[in-house]
Amino acid sequence: MELTAEKKLWMYRKMYEIRCFELEVDKLFKANMIWGTCHLSVGEEATAVGAIAALKEDDMITSTHRGHGHCIAKGGKLPRMFAELLGKETGYCRGRGGSMHIADIETGNLGANGIVGGGIPIATGAALASKMKKDGKVTLCFFGDGANNQGVFHESLNIASLWKLPVVYVCENNQYGMSVAFKKSTAAENVADRAAAYNMPGEIVDGNDVEAIYFAVKKAVDRARRGEGPSLIEAKTYRWLGHSKSDANVYRTKEEIEEWKERCPIKRYRAKLVEEGVATEEELDKIEKEVEREIQEAIEYAKNSPEPSVEDIADGVYA
Amino acid sequence: MAEKLYIEALREGLREELLRDERVFLLGEDIGIYGGAFGVTKGLVQEFGEERIIDTPISEQAITGIAVGAAVAGMRPVVEIMFFDFLTLAMDQLINQGAKIRYMFGGKAKVPMVVRAPMGCGTGAAAQHSQSFPGVFAHFPGLKVVMPSTPYDVKGLIKAAIRDDNPVLFAEHKLLYRVKGEVPDEEYVIPLGKADVKRKGKDVTVVAGSIMVLRALEAAEELEKEGIDVEVIDPRTLKPLDMKTIIDSVKKTGRVLIVEDDPVSFGWGAEVAAGIVGSEAFDYLDAPVKRLGGLDIPIPYNPNLERHAVPQVEDIVKAVKDLLR
Ligand SMILES: Cc1ncc(C[n+]2csc(CCOP(=O)(O)OP(=O)(O)O)c2C)c(N)n1
Ligand SMILES: [Mg+2]
Repeated sequence: MELTAEKKLWMYRKMYEIRCFELEVDKLFKANMIWGTCHLSVGEEATAVGAIAALKEDDMITSTHRGHGHCIAKGGKLPRMFAELLGKETGYCRGRGGSMHIADIETGNLGANGIVGGGIPIATGAALASKMKKDGKVTLCFFGDGANNQGVFHESLNIASLWKLPVVYVCENNQYGMSVAFKKSTAAENVADRAAAYNMPGEIVDGNDVEAIYFAVKKAVDRARRGEGPSLIEAKTYRWLGHSKSDANVYRTKEEIEEWKERCPIKRYRAKLVEEGVATEEELDKIEKEVEREIQEAIEYAKNSPEPSVEDIADGVYA
Repeated sequence: MAEKLYIEALREGLREELLRDERVFLLGEDIGIYGGAFGVTKGLVQEFGEERIIDTPISEQAITGIAVGAAVAGMRPVVEIMFFDFLTLAMDQLINQGAKIRYMFGGKAKVPMVVRAPMGCGTGAAAQHSQSFPGVFAHFPGLKVVMPSTPYDVKGLIKAAIRDDNPVLFAEHKLLYRVKGEVPDEEYVIPLGKADVKRKGKDVTVVAGSIMVLRALEAAEELEKEGIDVEVIDPRTLKPLDMKTIIDSVKKTGRVLIVEDDPVSFGWGAEVAAGIVGSEAFDYLDAPVKRLGGLDIPIPYNPNLERHAVPQVEDIVKAVKDLLR
């Protein structure tokens, strides 16, 4: 398995896109332009991008409350994402869902989720549909370390293994479920260890190494596509910012945060690409500039979009 | 008397019961060092330690069931479910187990536990973090349901709920946490099952619960300027429901509006309406019983849509005027 230069640069671009998107959201939030709450994935970009890079375009994903990165990596359009966060009619959910519910059925994104663990059986069900329809698709299920203690995680993995469903479970272990450290919430040493209980492969990867994630997920996706059943992959990573809008970080130390920032997945990958001669610093700068411009254009689009009309408030409750 | 925030009064109530009875303990997600998602339990872990203020994994069904088990075995647990919406994950343990154990076991067990949860929209948290449905729980025999609207009430009622020998669902509207009100310095407990007349009036009765009490009171002020005298009744507990206070008021005014935060269709307001028309108050009615509540839609994210999803002050003003037409 080799990654093409094109794919590598795509991964770099997407990680950078996610980083910029999240930082802009943070700014908009602080400027009171975004309502409600949102969970940012700064520091965790490699997991979303590396995992989704291993999928085919029409494969499916389920996402989480911390889902902006998944949506972007899966091909989500920045203008429609910003529009959703600004509650506009042109947003992915017509301004009705907001950050925690961005979904894009067209690109196979079955949705972020406000319920921790809520997406796990849904991914499993999508995989069942693929098996029944024989459409050859694989579903990638993202969830956090906190979610691995919900009953529905265990129930779903058991069923997926039993029925050999084409689903890959990717745990983004960022060391905390809100304020609760992984060690205080989980009796197993690793989430991946739990795979053994459901008779499926479990693998731990460096969640800040985009290529390592790509290769681990690719292996699992290929296996699932061959009809050999699910896998569980645990990507060890770290959330740089607070859990959600308000978080004084009382549950962790500054040193710990700084230590993880040293392992920035984007900076690391940039150095690797230059070292390998895949791109020059100038070429990477050019990509970054392009992304920054796209982000600003997307924000403008969102700001200039219309609000949903109150007359349509009850649209879409039933099919 | 001192002015206190709802959240402070609630915390005081919890703290006093923790001090009073060592069987009382708190469990929930992020209630320790973080102090709870809304800050209700701030400072309690420092005072009572991790053995009594327990941070749990994200496992709503298990922690609710663990509270049931601990209660049956002699403790008095208070569970915090981070958002009311997540109560759906704990339904089996609350409804099939906690609420039924006493009766199923021939009245030989007690399940003294409280499940607290913040409900309601108005914060832009969208469909899965904004629902109010205390009425659903009032449907189930064996559970009690409380939804305090003021700092005074929340303190007195949390103490009563903790002392009650039955499972109690305690619904806190998140917009109430920052509301101020008078709270006595001396200890007091408010019995479950007693409605409170929040404002006396002679023209129209408004029965409102939780956040809607505040909106009804605001509407009453506006209506007073137009010479309309509104009586506002807060049931405070949905189960047991104090129909007598409501019926007495309707007999006096002859007109009634019921306002709830739950989606209006199949909401608790229908129960209150049925209680009125099935009572002697029926003969005193000068207008059909009127109801306001949430629209029959999931709570939308956009702030303007969200505002329209549940009754606001102006909706109550208009509905009262309609009743008098
Ligand atoms: C069923 C449920 N319980 C609790 C919450 C509140 N909550 C939202 S995110 C979160 C932490 C989730 O941790 P994890 O799964 O590790 O994801 P992370 O936030 O770290 O990305 C909690 C407790 C929720 N949204 N849903
Ligand atoms: Mg986590």
